[in-house]
Amino acid sequence: MTISLKPNNSPSEKLQPTGWLKYLSFSLDHKVIGLQYLICGFLFYLVGGSLAGAIRVELISPLSDFMPREVYNQVLTLHGTIMIFLWIVPVVNGAFGNYLIPFYVGARDMAFPRLNAVAFWLIPPSGLMLITSYFINGAAQSGWTAYPPLSITTPAAGQIIWILSVLLLGGSSIFGGINFIATILKLRRPGLKLMQLPMYCWAMLGTSILVVLSTPVLAGTLILLSFDIVAHTGFFNPSLGGNVIVYQHLFWFYSHPAVYIMVLPAFGLVSEILPIHSRKPLFGYTTMVFSIMGIVVLGLVVWAHHMFTSGTPPWMRLFFTIATAFIAVPTGIKFFNWVATLWGGKISLNAAMLFSCGFIINFVLGGITGVALAQVPFDVHVHDTYFVVAHFHYIVYGGSVFVIFSSIYHWFPKFTGKMLNENLGRFHFIITFIGFNLCFAPQHWLGLNGMPRRVAEYDPQFQLINQISSVGALLMAISTLPFLWNIFQSILYGDDAGNNPWDALTPEWLTSSPPPVENWEGEAPLVLEPYGYGEKDSNNTQEEMK
Amino acid sequence: MPKLSAILTLTTSLILGIAGVWIAYNVDMLPVSASMNAPVYDELYRVLFIIGVILFIGMTALVIYSLIQFRRRPGETGDGIDLEGNISLEIFWTAVPAIVVLFVGLYSYDIYDRMGGMQPLMHDHSGQMDNQAERVWGGIGSGPIESSSKKNSSSLPIELTAMQFAFIFHYPKGDIISGELHVPVGKEISLKMESKDVIHAFWVPQFRLKQDVIPGQPTILNFTPTKTGNFPIVCAELCGPYHGGMRSNVIVDEQEDFETWLTENSKESI
Repeated sequence: MTISLKPNNSPSEKLQPTGWLKYLSFSLDHKVIGLQYLICGFLFYLVGGSLAGAIRVELISPLSDFMPREVYNQVLTLHGTIMIFLWIVPVVNGAFGNYLIPFYVGARDMAFPRLNAVAFWLIPPSGLMLITSYFINGAAQSGWTAYPPLSITTPAAGQIIWILSVLLLGGSSIFGGINFIATILKLRRPGLKLMQLPMYCWAMLGTSILVVLSTPVLAGTLILLSFDIVAHTGFFNPSLGGNVIVYQHLFWFYSHPAVYIMVLPAFGLVSEILPIHSRKPLFGYTTMVFSIMGIVVLGLVVWAHHMFTSGTPPWMRLFFTIATAFIAVPTGIKFFNWVATLWGGKISLNAAMLFSCGFIINFVLGGITGVALAQVPFDVHVHDTYFVVAHFHYIVYGGSVFVIFSSIYHWFPKFTGKMLNENLGRFHFIITFIGFNLCFAPQHWLGLNGMPRRVAEYDPQFQLINQISSVGALLMAISTLPFLWNIFQSILYGDDAGNNPWDALTPEWLTSSPPPVENWEGEAPLVLEPYGYGEKDSNNTQEEMK
Repeated sequence: MPKLSAILTLTTSLILGIAGVWIAYNVDMLPVSASMNAPVYDELYRVLFIIGVILFIGMTALVIYSLIQFRRRPGETGDGIDLEGNISLEIFWTAVPAIVVLFVGLYSYDIYDRMGGMQPLMHDHSGQMDNQAERVWGGIGSGPIESSSKKNSSSLPIELTAMQFAFIFHYPKGDIISGELHVPVGKEISLKMESKDVIHAFWVPQFRLKQDVIPGQPTILNFTPTKTGNFPIVCAELCGPYHGGMRSNVIVDEQEDFETWLTENSKESI
């Protein structure tokens, strides 16, 4: 198969609108699609965040007094679904993947530009449909896991809309995954070897393999669940002979890898950001690649650790304990390598760097509690409690969302040609970091001491800790304001960024900011050393590392 | 210089280790332990806590130290050192987490075994289930813990039915139906659990035990309370609008008090 790097001058391409209108169009340009993903995802983040705020307001007092209990369950279901399927997955994969991968492989666009546009344009209607289900007949209220029989016995309309929405979003993910695999493997610039690609390419390759292997299982499961709801079949309905545990196996076969679908790209993005702002090569490139693939393989065989209290047989618990705990090894390698990348660098303490380092600290805590949760005896006590809520948010907010902010600060000059205000960015980081830790760290204690998750009312002994948590959530909400102000202010009045404000070596910085439609005016540059920073230094720091 | 840095690393690691152990033994984040299962659980918790504290403080300190020590000073230009890898260092930090994880895994397996997780299911616990062909899964602690079964020649069978939004307990002996769980201290209880509608979960934080109550698939949970008192039973699985309110109590009595309660409430005595 030969791939042409020539510009695509098809008639449809010429009819594309220009200016800001292109972001509302069915554009085929991977950069436009990437930013469409980012902006759309951020809007859904604001919705999901508002729902989180409503949850934290309800939990200020032990009684269910802020909203009706059914509504509370709808809110927590929508919050989880929106944050996962409409914010983190589309942004860490779709937004940055679309924007960066063609640059990194030296291509003018993704392998299948039209499929790419379809993948994005499935998202806004699915998300809107999900949100409007709240106003039609009440949204789904069985949590983002939609465990039957609860999902079968709650009002059908909201649940069916939820299923349809998640199916479409899953379809979008699969289209994206196929496109990334094809682009990375088949569209590489001649002369560019796999082991010369920037780390984000490897992260996206690993993630896309997970997406393509596991998302169809979720789709099939949800189709069967919809049959149970609409056609009264008995796949999962125990009153008709169905098995509720089978649903859990199938659901978690996707939904555990989904965690890696959210964090592996974040790992990749951090691996791009740290070397540039430390002015050092990425430490241990080869082990980083192997650790990504290790996480992919192990990520597919750990799903049943979500089911240690579901009555699984002992051997199964043991296997999944060991498999889950071993993910800490490749993950640990990555963390040590990042710290080694910082070591001996010339570190710029800008917002991108601070958010990436904040991610490392948060994720280490999330990882430690993850290893603890992998142990059956430990998990049995804290399963389905606020300990898990805390752990999960340390992984997906402290991990992925911190990296999303870091990436926005890092690539904003490329997106817009303007610099963001660094002082506002640092301020944004400080209140996000404090708010996040104030909100979620105390929840570990709540879980250990007896507060289950997904409750609108709780034992009054937990009130003070819940109030502290809610203050943290308020800080997180407030932290969005300097960020938004910074974005608008910088787009309108920001300093010109120039093509390469960070003096970076990865290919996207070797073109204009923002880049032209076909990425480069002339031939795509061949970058064989994307992390070729660092000065040969005879001082002792290098000796110390050895 | 290399000697100095080795001594520094060793000293820092030692201080970190001592700090980890001190914190784990002085920061108590668990509720009272009230079952035979709980102290065993608490042992594992403490080991995990020590390892976690050491790792977290160590990594955080490394990141913060790097940010301060290697920050770009005003007017400074140029790059950091050209250092792309170090095989022996990478082998070291692959091996250390692997050993730690393996140790934790084996240790928690031992704890799991001591809690009865690997014991074959006891199908004779109620005297009624032998003839039933139904599929019964055990929760953790489905088997006897250590010598409890020797002390208590037979466990006390109780049936739990969970429904939106209540736990109903049935005592075959005396045919008692109760909204609260009354049990004698020091006696092994065998709880056969079944749900009438959706998935619920039976959780007593002070017992460190949780087991889903699954419609169409009975589960069994064995435990031995070790402290008298009143402890909460919490539903931990989202089961509908009133999920947060689905709570009950387990009342652990002295044997005589329990016998009195049993006699007073027994249908046979009425």
